[in-house]
Amino acid sequence: MTSRHPSIQTAPLVQTDPSGKPYSLTAHLSPRRRMADFAATTVMVASFFAAAVPLVLIIGYVFTKGGRVVDMAFLTESIPNSYRRVGPGMGPAVVGTLLITGAASLMAIPLGVLGAVYLHEYGPKRRFARVVRFTTDVMTGVPSVVMGVFVYVVWVLRFRSQTGFAGALALACLMLPIVVRTTEEMLKLVPAELRQASTALGARTWRTTLTVVLPAALPGITSGAMLAVARAAGETAPIILVTGLTFQTNANLFEGNNTTLAAQIFRNASQPFDGAQARAYGAAFTLIVLVFIFTIVARLISSRFNRMRR
Amino acid sequence: MSVDGSLPDVVLTAPPGPARPVAGHQANPAGPTAPSVFQVRDLSVYYGEFKAVRDVKLDIYEHEITAFIGPSGCGKSTVLRCFNRMNDPIPNARVEGGMYYRGIDVYGDDVEPVEVRRRIGMVFQKPNPFPKSIFDNVAYGPRIAGNRNKADLADIVERALTQAALWEEVKDRLHKSALGLSGGQQQRLCIARAIAVDPEVLLMDEPCSALDPIATGRIEDLMEEIQQDYTIIIVTHNMQQAARVSDRCAFFTTEVNEASDTRTGVLVEYDATENMFSNPSDERTENYVTGRFG
Repeated sequence: MTSRHPSIQTAPLVQTDPSGKPYSLTAHLSPRRRMADFAATTVMVASFFAAAVPLVLIIGYVFTKGGRVVDMAFLTESIPNSYRRVGPGMGPAVVGTLLITGAASLMAIPLGVLGAVYLHEYGPKRRFARVVRFTTDVMTGVPSVVMGVFVYVVWVLRFRSQTGFAGALALACLMLPIVVRTTEEMLKLVPAELRQASTALGARTWRTTLTVVLPAALPGITSGAMLAVARAAGETAPIILVTGLTFQTNANLFEGNNTTLAAQIFRNASQPFDGAQARAYGAAFTLIVLVFIFTIVARLISSRFNRMRR
Repeated sequence: MSVDGSLPDVVLTAPPGPARPVAGHQANPAGPTAPSVFQVRDLSVYYGEFKAVRDVKLDIYEHEITAFIGPSGCGKSTVLRCFNRMNDPIPNARVEGGMYYRGIDVYGDDVEPVEVRRRIGMVFQKPNPFPKSIFDNVAYGPRIAGNRNKADLADIVERALTQAALWEEVKDRLHKSALGLSGGQQQRLCIARAIAVDPEVLLMDEPCSALDPIATGRIEDLMEEIQQDYTIIIVTHNMQQAARVSDRCAFFTTEVNEASDTRTGVLVEYDATENMFSNPSDERTENYVTGRFG
């Protein structure tokens, strides 16, 4: 290799400044900055562990206690009709959880996403939108037992029966504000340039929303929806109020009492008997795994729709 | 399109009659050449109480490239966005005066903005491809216009990409994400997407300001090539670019309103590009094009 600068072949010498001192780029942090650096790092690491410890403990405890109990029989067999009895299972609660949470999601997620689309894409400045937004904020803070009482009054008392569908209604009321608010936040993150590009091609707002905005916001909307599903699947108070109790699997949401894992955890854990306690741990384990599976599946589906993002 | 000289079928619901003539306006300064596509008459745009640009009068001619130049904040982009009603979604934007497309008031009561935008395409400052495949980006416009025929769409996509000088670079990756393209390629994709709906006019809002000189050169070549099929209006901060590509040039500047201490854009001069740069009639234009201001 030839060069018009012969000296480039050898490593250069460190130069000295006009006063004769060699130039230096080594940092000499003052003791104060060193201390601040150390303190900040310590606080961050400590906070991380403080946050992680309860999480790990809960999961570890439930998995060791509950994992022992859960097997195929536990997941499918009927619930013993006495808390004193030892042994499986939680079949009715597994079916109840899936059906009730599923029905609640079918009601709340489409409605919530549409509501958010209205709030953000159609009427962000309208008075009506402001009222709706304020109301959803308030609804987010309503205790779940209040939703249970509400559904009890408007649905259960009218039809004179506690059913799985009543539970699904109560859960949907709880999910709705979460879905609306998280979806609206995600729609805010979609760049305005994409909407403009679509509008400039002659697309109407609904088409832009459906083909450009919603696909771009889908991963975030999925996260929000899963947050709502997880919350609903874990709700206890409204379920106990409006779905009643059953020991046999009831796959009919509209007739007869029903039960869910969360309700069974509450009922069994509040009994002093070993059999009931073991079933409560098993139910807790099952519920955590179920929510985990929902989340994975939802992520897989939304990532399939988003191969074109990088 | 009226490549063969025939007038296009006008299906915007039209109030009858041609644009009303305005005495003393600066329209058509270079003498009559082609028919004018747009007639802008005393156009003012407000954002709330703020008057962004006032009293713009000019005509845009078929198959010409018209450049809007001027310092920042002089209202060039605002005026550009009036041609296809892209100011509509901006809350409290208000347009006064006349913006006529072949004699039809673009802001008329029974005009359908969606129809306006299908005829008058737009390319934005920042390349903004959708997070979809290259193919789906270009096919987006034809699809929303109701074209579902696969073979037909494939044809349209190839033609648009070829016209936008991008086909050779992307023909093997049509179904890969458009976001994997370079900035210059993305902007040419946006041009392909805009011309895939076969518009009559292409509005370009500083299309090269996010691109390097080589990519800019390619877009400029592209503009001259597609000029025979489209009428182009380009907003640019780059005077050399305006001088290189445009046939006609409009210079905007700002006026300070003493009372409210705000700035309003005004059209200073509108002429054939060579006159604007070699022999401007207004001192402000001369100061701007010679670099003494702005």
